[in-house]
Amino acid sequence: MMKIGLDVGSTTIKCVVLDENEQICFKSYERHYSQITEKLAALLTKIKNEVVKDQPVQLAISGSAGMGIAQECNFQFVQEVYATRTATKKLIPDADVIIELGGEDAKILFVSGSMEVRMNGSCAGGTGAFIDQMSTLLHLTPEELNNIAKKHEKIYTIASRCGVFAKSDIQPLLNQGARKSDIAASIFAAVANQTIAGLAQGREIKGNVVYLGGPLTFLSELRKSFDTALNVTGIFPENSLYFVALGTAYGCNEEIDLDKAIDSVKNYTQSGEFLSIPPLFQSQEEYEEFEQRHNKDVAKRGDISTYQGEAYLGIDAGSTTIKAVVIGSDNEILDELYQSNSGDPIPIIKEHLIHLYEEYPNIQIKCSAVTGYGEELLKNAFGLDYGIVETIAHYTAAKTFLPDVDFIIDIGGQDMKCFKIRNHTIDNIFLNEACSSGCGSFLQTFANTLGYEIQDFAKLGLFAKRPVDLGSRCTVFMNSSVKQAQKDGATTEDISAGLSVSVVKNAIYKVIRAASPEELGKHIVVQGGTFLNDAVLRVFEQEMGVNVIRPDIAGLMGAYGAAVYAKEHNQPKGKMLSLQQLKDFSHQVKLVTCGLCNNHCKLTVNMFDGNRKFIGGNRCDKPIKQKEVIDAPNMYAFKMKALLSYQPVPGPRGKIGLPMGMNIYEMLPFWHAFFTSLGFEVVTSPLSNREMYIKGQHTIPSDTVCFPAKLMHGHVCTLIDEGVKTIFYPCLTYNFDEGLSDNHYNCPVVAYYPEVISANVSELEGLNFINDYLGVHRKKDFPEKMHGVLAKYFDGISLKEVKTAAEKGYAEYEHYLDTIRKEGDAMIQQAEANQMPIIVLCGRPYHLDPEINHGIDKLITSLGACIVTEDVISNKVEKLNTTVLNQWTYHARLYAAAEYISDKPQFNLVQLVSFGCGIDAITTDEVRSILEKSGKIYTQIKIDEITNLGAVKIRLRSLFAALEQ
Amino acid sequence: MAELVYDETGRLLFTKEMKEEYTILCPTMIEIHFRLVLEVMKSFGYKVELLSTSSPNIAQEGLKYVHNDTCYPALLVIGQFIDALNSGKYDVNKVALIITQTGGGCRASNYIHLLRKALIRAGYPQVPVISMNLNGMEKNPGFSASIPFLRKMISVLYYGDVLMQLKNNIEPYEDNKGDAEKMVEKWIGLLSKQLRKGEGLSKSQFGNNAKKIVKDFASIPIHRVPKVKVGIVGEIYVKYAPIANNDLENFLKSQGCEVYVPGIVNFVLFKIDNRLDDIKLYGGNTVKYQINKILLDYLLSLQTVMIKAFKECPEVLAPADYYHVKKLAKGVIGYGNKMGEGWLLTAEILELVEAGYENIVCAQPFGCLPNHICGKGMIRKINEVDSRANIVPIDYDPSATRVNQENRIKLMLSIAKEKLDERAKAQ
Repeated sequence: MMKIGLDVGSTTIKCVVLDENEQICFKSYERHYSQITEKLAALLTKIKNEVVKDQPVQLAISGSAGMGIAQECNFQFVQEVYATRTATKKLIPDADVIIELGGEDAKILFVSGSMEVRMNGSCAGGTGAFIDQMSTLLHLTPEELNNIAKKHEKIYTIASRCGVFAKSDIQPLLNQGARKSDIAASIFAAVANQTIAGLAQGREIKGNVVYLGGPLTFLSELRKSFDTALNVTGIFPENSLYFVALGTAYGCNEEIDLDKAIDSVKNYTQSGEFLSIPPLFQSQEEYEEFEQRHNKDVAKRGDISTYQGEAYLGIDAGSTTIKAVVIGSDNEILDELYQSNSGDPIPIIKEHLIHLYEEYPNIQIKCSAVTGYGEELLKNAFGLDYGIVETIAHYTAAKTFLPDVDFIIDIGGQDMKCFKIRNHTIDNIFLNEACSSGCGSFLQTFANTLGYEIQDFAKLGLFAKRPVDLGSRCTVFMNSSVKQAQKDGATTEDISAGLSVSVVKNAIYKVIRAASPEELGKHIVVQGGTFLNDAVLRVFEQEMGVNVIRPDIAGLMGAYGAAVYAKEHNQPKGKMLSLQQLKDFSHQVKLVTCGLCNNHCKLTVNMFDGNRKFIGGNRCDKPIKQKEVIDAPNMYAFKMKALLSYQPVPGPRGKIGLPMGMNIYEMLPFWHAFFTSLGFEVVTSPLSNREMYIKGQHTIPSDTVCFPAKLMHGHVCTLIDEGVKTIFYPCLTYNFDEGLSDNHYNCPVVAYYPEVISANVSELEGLNFINDYLGVHRKKDFPEKMHGVLAKYFDGISLKEVKTAAEKGYAEYEHYLDTIRKEGDAMIQQAEANQMPIIVLCGRPYHLDPEINHGIDKLITSLGACIVTEDVISNKVEKLNTTVLNQWTYHARLYAAAEYISDKPQFNLVQLVSFGCGIDAITTDEVRSILEKSGKIYTQIKIDEITNLGAVKIRLRSLFAALEQ
Repeated sequence: MAELVYDETGRLLFTKEMKEEYTILCPTMIEIHFRLVLEVMKSFGYKVELLSTSSPNIAQEGLKYVHNDTCYPALLVIGQFIDALNSGKYDVNKVALIITQTGGGCRASNYIHLLRKALIRAGYPQVPVISMNLNGMEKNPGFSASIPFLRKMISVLYYGDVLMQLKNNIEPYEDNKGDAEKMVEKWIGLLSKQLRKGEGLSKSQFGNNAKKIVKDFASIPIHRVPKVKVGIVGEIYVKYAPIANNDLENFLKSQGCEVYVPGIVNFVLFKIDNRLDDIKLYGGNTVKYQINKILLDYLLSLQTVMIKAFKECPEVLAPADYYHVKKLAKGVIGYGNKMGEGWLLTAEILELVEAGYENIVCAQPFGCLPNHICGKGMIRKINEVDSRANIVPIDYDPSATRVNQENRIKLMLSIAKEKLDERAKAQ
């Protein structure tokens, strides 16, 4: 009997028909553009007419979108991973591991030995959809991406956990002039790493590895990346696209009537049940009233061809677009430019300036300013007069529309900036964290996926009858929500409106975290290209219940603000390129890795006109000045030095290895003294780096745990590689009671991560891994309990020895705290004497690790501020009343530090928060409220495996700009 | 009307007057148990109402008033409260809220504070919140967590476990659909009557009732056929609450599975036993140890009575003995691991595998901190200890889609089905 196997995935339909001998007699592969039932019915009709004719036939269906159809139409369903396995068992019996990437999913199947299957969870993006998104970003097709990747010279680290993360890694690279071929190859490497890290979960991938699925079939460079990452040569079988469909066909056991089946697919009524919200406009009149009201907010215009005299240029080099404005002496707009930056803003601005000079000799550009991601690059390339931080640019522009503006929200291509204005200074800044960028490019991507231009797509939503409620989470989640809504019968109109709603909700609830309009302000200006979309604007007004001002130049406000800034400050530096210089302008880019410190910044060295050099990608001034620069006092650096001073002392009991991270970090002085006293040679794992992380990543079981925890795998693996036979990494439910909190726990991950290491790092087998539960907080009981623990691993350690060792440990820990506190006081004094701003850069002790903090401390000191840490001031206050349960030792310090600085004008606080840190969902709000009570600005920086330093810079520069005002 | 009284830290108290005038709203986590718990509270003179709402608006309110990175259970519980207050069904000046607080190192101990913050932001600063805990945190003049009260509140959970265990075990095989469900309702009715009178919670009364319940369920006509047996473990709220896990139990039943959800009693025993283990591991007050030991021993003896009642119907699997479960964790994960579900989660997986429920859904909120360790972190090791385990971890959060979750579960079920067929063939 013939068998039909269908694989209906998130983006494609694959089908095979097998004849009586189980040979393929028909196969097809096509994109379904979400028109699943139509395509499916057509496909089955074709099969019926051309292949099956009137013979009896069996049919089964598989795939993420196949599940619902199977249920409704009463077809046999075969789970897709299961189908893959069936097919592989038959076709490649000696396969050990299968790696299959699909449109939205990634899977690894271990088929030999004990069978295990891994699928990506709800937060894993390294898939076909991710590659599509990245190609779009580079203005390439996936095939082109593959082709240029062949010419790569180097690989950058790019996070591929979700498209949004990766975008924020890629964009700065593009803006700094990195080569597209290198970026393309880096994208593939990122996908390979993400798949392995996310799915291997402690099991080694070796033997015969089979590559399946669309992306791995079409993209040879992606296969190469997997080969490199796994150190194997993978098998790329015939019909690699059809394995699921094949397995489904092999698994068929239900005969069907094909005519009836086609009918039931055609009649597959979508449930029509999806969450919806009221329409954006009830009537045409309502829309017209809305339109009229907003049409009043227009910027003054002038005629550039008749204008005589001085003019001012403002440029906003955004993440995806480039904007430029020329204004006259009355702030009137003479000329404007708004276009996609195509990944490289320099030629666009060059052409535009040449055009201005040539066409309008009547105007003289007196002074210029630039803002945005590409600020430094453009400023250096064209000799512009000012480089200003975006927040200042936007505030300057907003003031010209509404002098007493007290809240500005700007939603751009991929970033969102909101800030409050108090006493004419920028008071409180909200930027979207890298994970929640539901911004303009998000709408654009969806519009394109559904086959629309963004303008047309947005208009569709205005009169949608039942806008879909899609929630307010990140793009990856949104993809599947949209698919689900489509499946449930939502129209494109409903989805368009729903996406606008989710952009707004994301902004209000995730970024600003406001519950009511009063929290925002009375005089609101909205801007950024995304607000030119009427649907977004309408939803924002409805959601907040206020009328807002949207300037007609909402998309140009950054550039306009820069121009106004140039006019107001008007001190030209006289370096702006002339027409002739522009015509002769040349630009070369070279990529180097800076070796001057442990951050190993990937630098892009731009050479303009063969003699002007600009370096991008640096965190500090070292590579520019080519020598050790004297920085502001930096407690991070001091602590690091203090910890590095605990060097191994050879002892009779041999080596004991401590992985430097999590709960070991601050406890190093304690354990070092303790074990040294017992006659052990205490060796620590070296400073973290990327290679170390990758070394351990295949043993990480949970891909959503914080980065500091993930790094521990690399530390332990490194110790093992170094031949250390005894590794000490204890479980610590409790930390020391510093008298600042109701309880003195460690966070669950800090407390118990050693269990994860023990259960997942198979290399530990045969070694002594000491991960017992210890109670350092009970000084009296500790020696006896510890004596018992040590006796499990070593002979002949007496209780007396342990007692002495413990005393030394506690003393050394006190000594360490004392040292850093004294130094902290000295730094504060020095900063106060020099009237230098002091930043309390707070987080956790292990945030000291440069691989974790990405050199943010250096970024701050290079901006001229002194850095202290929370623990050098937390002891200066009494336990305070918090509105949360104050139960963790490290976190209590944050509250205390915030309290301490609340009446000290020279101090400000910046909190580092690891992505995925559940505890900080609680502490950040509390620290913010402590600071805001006394009128201080709260600044939070989210850090992860990879961090977008561009966004960090904006935050910090805005903070300093606000402090200066 | 009751006056609003605050303690020295500024916490709004639940006063004696409020006990008279106010209705206390309680979120649902595990329906059978909570319905019975409410009856106990009523017997102590409280006016209480269980929130059984499940509208999608709950998650929306949660997203609005709670930090979005906070765990899903917090979002739902708080969202459910705000949704109820907004519904117009209650006099918002005569209503109080109750929420459990474990006091452990997990962020769940902070739900109550997040709830208070949310209430202020949502415009309900006048609504008092009562902490239900075993540690003596947050006392209220109008809510006395006395020893007899707590004893009864805990004891009643045993009935819940008995009913849940029987229902899950009988229902998939019943001849007449709905028999088991009816039996549950019948017994909730009978027990409610006793509980409201303050009866039914002594050891002997419990023993008698439990035996009768088991016998009653044993009388339901059933026909056992081979079915895929699935166990559910995970973070306590997501594991039990249908609004949190997209109605997981019913989904599994619709796929033709027998579902086993371990009871709540072992979780309570675990939380008390933690205190003993803390003292064993790190040292501490021997008096405190003794008091907790007495409490633990009493509750264990009640468990023995419960398990014995199942002898009335040997065909039905009895709930697992606490010490037996604890022994299973030995060598796999340390007893010091106590935050969230701690070692118990790992042990429950092993217990389920041992009892023949080797196909397991491990349900947790997205980014759940303790579950990084005792759930996902232990899967590899569990497979080493018992290779029969077929575990699928599923994350739940407001935007995780059902399709994705169900697809992953179906994969686990395909493998389960294959094994079931192989076994049938072998026989």
